[in-house]
Amino acid sequence: MFKRLDESPPSTVTVVINGRSVVVPQGESVAAAVLAENIGHTRTTPVKQQPRAPFCMMGVCFDCLMVIDGIPNQQACMVQVRDGMRIERQHGSGV
Amino acid sequence: MKENYPLVIIGAGPAGLAAATVAADHGVEVALLDEQPAPGGQIFRGIEAAPDERADKLGPEYLRGEKLVSAFRNSSARYYPDTKVWSLSEQRDIGVIHQQQAHMISAEQVLIANGAFERPVPFPGWTLPGVMNAGAGQILFKGSGIVPADGVVLAGSGPLLLLLAWQYLRAGVRVKAVLDTISRGNYIKALPKLPSALLVHHHITQGLRYQQTLRLAGVELHNGIRDLQAHGAESLESISYRHKGSNHTLETDSLMIHFGIIPNIHLSQAAGCDHFWHKRQQCWRPELDEWGSSSVKGILIAGDGGGIGGARTAEHAGRIAAFRVLYNLGVMNQQEMHLEAKQDRKWMKADLRIRPFLEKLFRIPESMLRVPHDDTIVCRCEEVTAREIRAAIADGHSDSNQVKFYTRCGMGPCQGRQCSQAVAHIVADQTSIPLQQSTQFRIRPPLKPLTLGQLASLYPDETE
Amino acid sequence: MKTDVIIIGGGLMGSSTALQLAMRGMHCTIVEKESPGRHASGVNAGGLRQLNRNPAEIPLTVEAAKMWRNIESLVDSDCDARFPGQLRVAENSDDLDLLEQRAALLHSLGYRHEEMIGRKELYQLAPALAPHCVGALICREDGYARPFHALTAFRHKARSLGVEYRVNTIVDGIEREAGNWRITTRKGEFQAPVLVNCAGGWAGQIAASLGEPVPLKPAAPMLMVTERLPHFIEPVIGSASRKLSFKQMQNGTLLVGGAHLASLDFHKEKSEIKWPKLAVSARSIMALFPQLKDVRIVRVWAGIEAFMPDNLPVICKSSTAEDAYHAFGFSAHGFQLSPLIGRILAELIVDGTSNFPIEPFNITRF
Ligand SMILES: Cc1cc2nc3c(=O)[nH]c(=O)nc-3n(C[C@H](O)[C@H](O)[C@H](O)COP(=O)(O)OP(=O)(O)OC[C@H]3O[C@@H](n4cnc5c(N)ncnc54)[C@H](O)[C@@H]3O)c2cc1C
Ligand SMILES: Cc1cc2nc3c(=O)[nH]c(=O)nc-3n(C[C@H](O)[C@H](O)[C@H](O)COP(=O)(O)OP(=O)(O)OC[C@H]3O[C@@H](n4cnc5c(N)ncnc54)[C@H](O)[C@@H]3O)c2cc1C
Ligand code: FES
Repeated sequence: MFKRLDESPPSTVTVVINGRSVVVPQGESVAAAVLAENIGHTRTTPVKQQPRAPFCMMGVCFDCLMVIDGIPNQQACMVQVRDGMRIERQHGSGV
Repeated sequence: MKENYPLVIIGAGPAGLAAATVAADHGVEVALLDEQPAPGGQIFRGIEAAPDERADKLGPEYLRGEKLVSAFRNSSARYYPDTKVWSLSEQRDIGVIHQQQAHMISAEQVLIANGAFERPVPFPGWTLPGVMNAGAGQILFKGSGIVPADGVVLAGSGPLLLLLAWQYLRAGVRVKAVLDTISRGNYIKALPKLPSALLVHHHITQGLRYQQTLRLAGVELHNGIRDLQAHGAESLESISYRHKGSNHTLETDSLMIHFGIIPNIHLSQAAGCDHFWHKRQQCWRPELDEWGSSSVKGILIAGDGGGIGGARTAEHAGRIAAFRVLYNLGVMNQQEMHLEAKQDRKWMKADLRIRPFLEKLFRIPESMLRVPHDDTIVCRCEEVTAREIRAAIADGHSDSNQVKFYTRCGMGPCQGRQCSQAVAHIVADQTSIPLQQSTQFRIRPPLKPLTLGQLASLYPDETE
Repeated sequence: MKTDVIIIGGGLMGSSTALQLAMRGMHCTIVEKESPGRHASGVNAGGLRQLNRNPAEIPLTVEAAKMWRNIESLVDSDCDARFPGQLRVAENSDDLDLLEQRAALLHSLGYRHEEMIGRKELYQLAPALAPHCVGALICREDGYARPFHALTAFRHKARSLGVEYRVNTIVDGIEREAGNWRITTRKGEFQAPVLVNCAGGWAGQIAASLGEPVPLKPAAPMLMVTERLPHFIEPVIGSASRKLSFKQMQNGTLLVGGAHLASLDFHKEKSEIKWPKLAVSARSIMALFPQLKDVRIVRVWAGIEAFMPDNLPVICKSSTAEDAYHAFGFSAHGFQLSPLIGRILAELIVDGTSNFPIEPFNITRF
């Protein structure tokens, strides 16, 4: 489980994570926003349907793949949040 | 973005920033490409945007980055953030995705300054949500001010592990335990490598002094732990390990692991540069001369991507490589190049004196690198276990690439970045062919996500 | 060391030949300069295609297709083979004309495995296809397998019958002495009365050293593979007027080929991807499957294959040397033929003649 430090972000955007509206600091990665929401796993694997979550946060491991604005297989740690963005857990190869 | 530049630098960490500033200050048109939204690289991630209180918690070394970044911002170097390099050829054609658009550009000189990433060391349960690289934890902290809610455990080895524990402590995060795989033996082997004065004053070994701070704060700190395992159904629930001959279990929902960092060599491999196995750093790195020139003409490498030296060395190496580029481009003569590089060489030499000590101290036990537990997933993408890899080797698939073909290990989206080391260790172990003679996964572009649509937009005039 | 037959090259052709000879009781040694499947046989697209073959190859491809259907009985593994059919899609009336001519030619030769289908059936078979297509030529029995798995299965079976593989062993010298072939390598000498050249892209060198040079051109066709996608298409898709071969593999990845070549430094065995050509492939996919625009390419590679000027292989007894045989030059479509090639060579070696019409593949045609 993660928490945010008590800082006041200069500006925020609203994103929708698994159907829920969440206010997050502007400029942060989707993976960070999702981890701070403590949604558990962010995807299941295509081979053995195992739960996974971001692991490296720097674009190397591809364990953070999520469906962003309807497009599957997006690296959540490499995409910045945008106002109105829809972020969903990815099941397997992306349905 | 133009089609051709005299100098393209890949990576805006200390090495790339320093090099770009020098080159630009000498009037060279330079494009600095980096996939992150802001300059700083791994160590100075988020440096321009982090609120003061957060920067303060991250410590004085973090703040050093401000100077580097502002000098770069004040130079005439062209900066392309959110720009991924997905291919690099021997002829210095550079595949780039900039603002979602694919481009193919070229350069007379290319400086690879793409840094390092954390060494993947598979162990049972390392794929569970809740288990994360310590550097990843630090990225969350630096970039977003996000920290473990309660009772994080840090495990592994390396300066970053202790640094992060210390940084968490300063941020008021409860650290349940720090479990270090280094043993007393490592200390004994490492200490003669170093005058103790350097040990106390060097910025990287500050971490060792943090140990004391951590102990004082009541953090459980164990050295020489073995057989680390993570347990849980849907996500991490507990961890177990061996220490001093007995088994221990700790409940936690957050485990940060770290086993040192290794050069990010996918670009240099793709470009056909020669590499070698570096025994002390336990990783492959490119063959470089004293300027950072690789075996491929016009391609230089500086910073951790050329071998782990740390942020300060990266900065010096970046400038040294830049002087070489200036010479290669005819901006400087040989004498000027040597003269200009002198100061950085001196500093770099001093900074590097700590390395033999660190390499001995933080050496990862070979037994861990060989992935002892058969059930451990080695390839996170294709979910291939150590057992399957061993079976493939036993069946006569006797090098990494054959194992890859046969098991799909390394064929997933991460392109083998997370498993190539472990596979190489397992192969070396099973076949008794030493690592330095073994083959690595052949590198296949694109090195960064490139879509069919993006590829289709390239070379519009080309026909069948 | 002594053996009945020395085979140069441990790819599919060498392995298949060794297997068939071993089944006939001969002792074979395969000398392979790297590892089995390191080159074309391990990295190809796995296409099992009878569709659109040169008429000279048709009797062979038809028999090979039968063998693939039953491959488990030969090598104890199904090689992950699937047979959802292969299509050549027509996007306009010119394409249709072309395909209809082809179908007519095939029928005039007395074959029925390729047939035209109309728009309606095309979209029943491939509903994901862009809506502008007008029909297709189909071979319903075609499909694909997993090349490295197939190679491994052939190798296992061959070894179980006593075939020896000498890997990481380059053949440097070939001499004929007192009715025996003497093969020199840095790892020792091999002797056998019979020699088989299955050296793929390097087979020209072997042929030349037997005194029969051939205009073989090694080249490196490129392939690309994408991330896994939910299953959306069954048959393999080709096109009447584009260089394209497109299929969704068993695991959901898309495999895209099209015979576009990388630039190859044959001496160093190093190929460099030609992105302009892959961009053309990508545009072909966009034309037929625009919905795939955001799909990520995971890997691109090229494999070294032997091409002949007429794109037909060389399968024959040597015209200059006693007891030497050739099977090479498959020009990027040998995977499908490979089970049969072993049989043909075994027939040539054991019986002195083959039951299949292989005259068009004689080395003397150049
Ligand atoms: C996660 C992590 C955390 C670390 N934290 C610390 C720390 O707190 N203190 C410390 O002393 N050291 C730390 N280190 C080590 C430190 O990062 C390095 O010593 C130092 O940053 C090396 O500088 P560099 O310029 O070589 O590379 P980096 O700083 O790593 O910069 C490389 C840059 O290249 C970019 N890049 C890489 N590949 C591509 C590509 N294909 N296309 C475009 N851009 C690309 C990256 O986004 C990155 O910005 C950390 C390392 C890691 C991996
Ligand atoms: C990218 C690509 C895609 C393809 N797609 C298809 C397809 O979809 N369907 C299809 O039917 N066909 C396809 N093919 C063609 C098919 O792969 C080949 O025709 C077939 O694999 C050839 O097998 P081989 O054994 O002759 O060659 P190889 O597999 O190349 O084997 C030759 C072996 O000889 C060895 N050798 C060479 N010289 C020496 C020496 N002096 N000493 C010792 N050993 C030596 C080499 O190391 C090599 O392993 C494709 C080919 C490529 C490259
Ligand atoms: S968390 Fe590793 S790639 Fe995103």
